[in-house]
Amino acid sequence: MDINRFNTHIVPIRFDYHAPKSLEEAVGLLAEYGEEAQILAGGTDLIPKIKQRILEPKHVIDLKAIPELACIEETPDGAKIGALTKLRTIELSPLINKKLPVLGEAARAIGSVQIRNRGTIGGNLCNASPCADTATALMVLDAVALVDSVEGKREVPIGEFFDGRGQTIVAPNEMLKELIVPLLPEGTGSAFVKVGWTTFDIATVNVAVALRLDDEKVADCRIALGACSPAPFRVRRAEEALKGKELTGEALEEAAQIVSEHIEPRERWRRAPPEYRRKTSKVLALEALTGAAEEARRLAK
Amino acid sequence: MNIEVTVNGRRKRFDVEPNTLLLNLLRDGLYLKGAKYGCGIGECGACTVHLDGEAVLSCMILAVEADGRRVDTIEGLADGDELDPIQEAFIEEGAIQCGFCTPGFIMAAKALLNENPYPSEGEIREYLKGNMCRCTGYVNIVKAVQSAAQKARE
Repeated sequence: MDINRFNTHIVPIRFDYHAPKSLEEAVGLLAEYGEEAQILAGGTDLIPKIKQRILEPKHVIDLKAIPELACIEETPDGAKIGALTKLRTIELSPLINKKLPVLGEAARAIGSVQIRNRGTIGGNLCNASPCADTATALMVLDAVALVDSVEGKREVPIGEFFDGRGQTIVAPNEMLKELIVPLLPEGTGSAFVKVGWTTFDIATVNVAVALRLDDEKVADCRIALGACSPAPFRVRRAEEALKGKELTGEALEEAAQIVSEHIEPRERWRRAPPEYRRKTSKVLALEALTGAAEEARRLAK
Repeated sequence: MNIEVTVNGRRKRFDVEPNTLLLNLLRDGLYLKGAKYGCGIGECGACTVHLDGEAVLSCMILAVEADGRRVDTIEGLADGDELDPIQEAFIEEGAIQCGFCTPGFIMAAKALLNENPYPSEGEIREYLKGNMCRCTGYVNIVKAVQSAAQKARE
């Protein structure tokens, strides 16, 4: 943003502040104020957006007083991650780093320590940025978002969480409660790769890959790409092209080429012209595929 | 709104507007001018303070979010006239040029050494990457953190 156009020294609007202590209270407030409210999690996106008057909520609903929203819980087939779990907690979690390392890598790639000490996984997703690093990782993990409201809960696959127009499917009276993240099948290698203007900038391109081998043949492969279209997405064509193939440099390069052909960047996006994203997405996809393949090979031994 | 915050070990009560930033409460309400307003959007780290022991950016936190919690600023680091080893090291290594970024850097470095008393140079640079020094004096800042870590081990 152009910080000289705004006074970022203050919060330029007035709002009512609510800090519900339970989920029931939180969804009740959302039902009452919905359109006029914004949820405050870590605030690392919300506060700058309010400072720039991109958002001008009349009510701010701070969810940090609800402890059950900020926890990582192991389940028989994976993990449940509360929406208010801090990125720093995810990055340092032994459970995540052991069982879902690609998510740990994505969390670690976000901002600075100061940002990750506040920023949450739910905020990273609900901010609806196509560059959200955790979204790309969650897509190869086939995560499911649990969305809550007074009308009840609903489960939304992460691939359908973004509507492709800079929004999420979370309605004004709803909130993201948690993420249900299944484990990758045994022997699956994974990798997350990102490039930005600086190492703590938001992504210009990010790629996550999960890949499983069956004797030197690619048994299964998942590739997700972020910051290259209005929403992060799985590149199914590239996945299909690689499945069943012998694991060779050429096969990986061909898949990376397909990835770069499926991007839909917008000319007006500031961080890089479409041509940059086209070239970089191929390079990063190849790097992530190679990294995941190497890990899969190690695991097979 | 009435809030209660423990600032540098002292419990204090405030009546704040919901849109008051923690940084402005510290600087204007308590005259603690160490934490600086730099960019206001989380890119420079000049406003770094500790919230319940964690390095955070006080320009992106509402004062009401600190209710019932502990805030530590650069002013609370020295023990009377005795400077913190990190402060000493910044002076000795010439890690301070114009000084604007220094409180943020020292508070970030303090959090690093609390978590990891034996950081490598790479770990120091990674941890401090959210702090900008417009005088570009990074080499001496890294040296100062290394030297403070070394002294703490002796």
